[in-house]
Amino acid sequence: MASAGTNATVAARTAAVRLTDTATHWQLMWWKFRRHKMALLGGGILALMVFFSLFAEFFAPYTPQERTAKYTQGAPMGFHFIDAEGSIHLRPFVYARVTKRDKVTLRLVPTVDTTTRWPIKFFVRSDDYKWMWGLIESDIHFFGFEERKEFLHLLGTDQLGRDIFSRILYATRTSLSIGAIGVLLSFVLGIVLGGIAGYFGGMVDNLIMRLIEFIRSVPTLPLWLALAAALPREWTALQVYISITAILALIGWTHLARRVRGKLLSLREEEFVLAARLSGCSHARIVARHMLPSFMSYMIVDLTISFPYIIMAETALSFLGLGMREPIVSWGVLLYSAQNIRSMILMPWLLIPGLVVIIAVIAFNFLGDGMRDAADPYSQ
Amino acid sequence: MFNVVANRILWACLMMAAISVVAFTLIQLPPGDFVDSYVNHKQQGGVIMTKDEVAEMRGTLGLDRPMYVQYFDWVGGVVQGDFGFSWEFRRPVSEIIGERLPLTLILAFTTLLFTYLTAIPIGIYSAVRQYSVGDHVFTVLGYIGLATPNFMFALVLLYFAHVFFGTSAGGLFSAEFETAPWSWARIVDLLAHLWVPVVVLGTAGTAFQIRTMRATLLDELNKLYVTAARASGVSEFRLLIKYPVRMAINPIVSTIGWELTNIISGAPIVGIVLSLPDTGPLFVDALLNSDLYLAGALILIYCGLVIIGTLISDLLLIALDPRIRMGSTA
Repeated sequence: MASAGTNATVAARTAAVRLTDTATHWQLMWWKFRRHKMALLGGGILALMVFFSLFAEFFAPYTPQERTAKYTQGAPMGFHFIDAEGSIHLRPFVYARVTKRDKVTLRLVPTVDTTTRWPIKFFVRSDDYKWMWGLIESDIHFFGFEERKEFLHLLGTDQLGRDIFSRILYATRTSLSIGAIGVLLSFVLGIVLGGIAGYFGGMVDNLIMRLIEFIRSVPTLPLWLALAAALPREWTALQVYISITAILALIGWTHLARRVRGKLLSLREEEFVLAARLSGCSHARIVARHMLPSFMSYMIVDLTISFPYIIMAETALSFLGLGMREPIVSWGVLLYSAQNIRSMILMPWLLIPGLVVIIAVIAFNFLGDGMRDAADPYSQ
Repeated sequence: MFNVVANRILWACLMMAAISVVAFTLIQLPPGDFVDSYVNHKQQGGVIMTKDEVAEMRGTLGLDRPMYVQYFDWVGGVVQGDFGFSWEFRRPVSEIIGERLPLTLILAFTTLLFTYLTAIPIGIYSAVRQYSVGDHVFTVLGYIGLATPNFMFALVLLYFAHVFFGTSAGGLFSAEFETAPWSWARIVDLLAHLWVPVVVLGTAGTAFQIRTMRATLLDELNKLYVTAARASGVSEFRLLIKYPVRMAINPIVSTIGWELTNIISGAPIVGIVLSLPDTGPLFVDALLNSDLYLAGALILIYCGLVIIGTLISDLLLIALDPRIRMGSTA
């Protein structure tokens, strides 16, 4: 940002030089990106998602597997500032829930007791947790209660009484991280294979392009389903996580590889490449140091666009019971319990994770649109 | 032109051969073969099989032969319409698939039809009336349509159908037609149910095609030949349909194969959520139960459908676009 400041003063002193003439490539892109309000919004939403899920242990009042036995299949609970008598409380509270037996069905039904208030405490000390692979230990939660019997399930609970809100926070972390690792893996695959194809051309190029064409014309989901089904059932949750991510990464790389190849093919004849070759650079160095940076922005755009595909694929796999499994929660795992129509009709709040998926994907699409425009800051 | 067509057909055949290898590898991937699971099953029933018995069983089933022999055996059967035997259903795979495949085909082609019949007019409208209220509405709907996973959309439809109409939106037939033989009434009943999966499967594709149509048509509309045609007094409608739309339709046609891939890809999940009597639930169950010949056959069929679809869209493009017909790839 310091350079932007100096640039501004220089531009002010010599009026003939416009700001856009002295700005760097990335500055121009940022200015162009900034004009896309929807892209900024998308980026903001995603940043919030990353933030809340990164600190899930702090923001989530419960762990993903913790059960509130008294409040299974519970509806979302609202919090209030004004009580039934009309008096205002500065500290938000929830009304107590009392379990009563329904006289007809004999089922235990939680009912609202407006005479008792459970005041919500912030930065409350309750269950211990380890954060960042055990680096930080704490027991402070963003909100909670002092008494064990009091509870607040913002988005309701599932069949087993697990808090949907907390589970969504943890699931967001899993799903986004799968997306991020998947995108990174496909980035590497795309650059290496696309790079080899584009730089060397000829026979190798032909072979890799045929492979890409093959992968792109195959219905992916059935193939990934079959691959996922081939994973041994007795694998641990972590092993499944790693292999599912790897499987999903196989989706995204073809697009990027094509882009890299196309650009390399056209750049190969440029003079700066010839210059680099004459001065004795190795193949790898020419590609990595001189050619790739010249179209880095396009690659980042392609990655942003492939992000939602990976996330949606993971959601679909887990939804069918072939992807992630409990105790790891992801968006798809949460939606798995909505697969049963009857429980979904009984507990429509089980669909809330789906809403989160939709919001995330829309945010990614907005971001991608803005970045696509910004990638070429010189066109008007 | 003959060369181009022959080239495409040859490529499709090569793809099919490659797919058969992939499908065979996939069904061999899970550890253990059928005999292993059979022995396990017997053991749970208290029957212990001797090593000789197990070996003999492998011999009679041909599982002791080298992989490539088994592969050619399988492919040889597939070519003759024999997809192997489903241990789960205790029936030949071809029979089980034969019952359900027509519905998958109907679903896929109706969805394809729906996608293009809605996307092309809406795309034209959005381009001609750029930034109108309608254009904005379709843009917003498009964003949501692209971002909603198929199964989520299906779940929401099911939920609202239950809450507002008290009916189930799932299935493809009413109860009385479930097992009835094909008749006019049954076809009408099918059409009354078919729209739900068609809309669910087609929405994402439609949203995407609207965007493509809108963007390419906007590019065309700004070109000078349009101004020239307008200046020479061609009526606005004729002007639109005769030149820019014809140009803009090419990229749309070239995506038919790709669109079919997406539909076939999404169909199994939608089939499960809406409990359709097509191949979707069959496929996922086959995977979950390691009913490998059934799963392999379905992978082969899904990929085959896509390859045929791509071939058709290539041929259509050759018919539509003289530049490709003449052999230049520009």
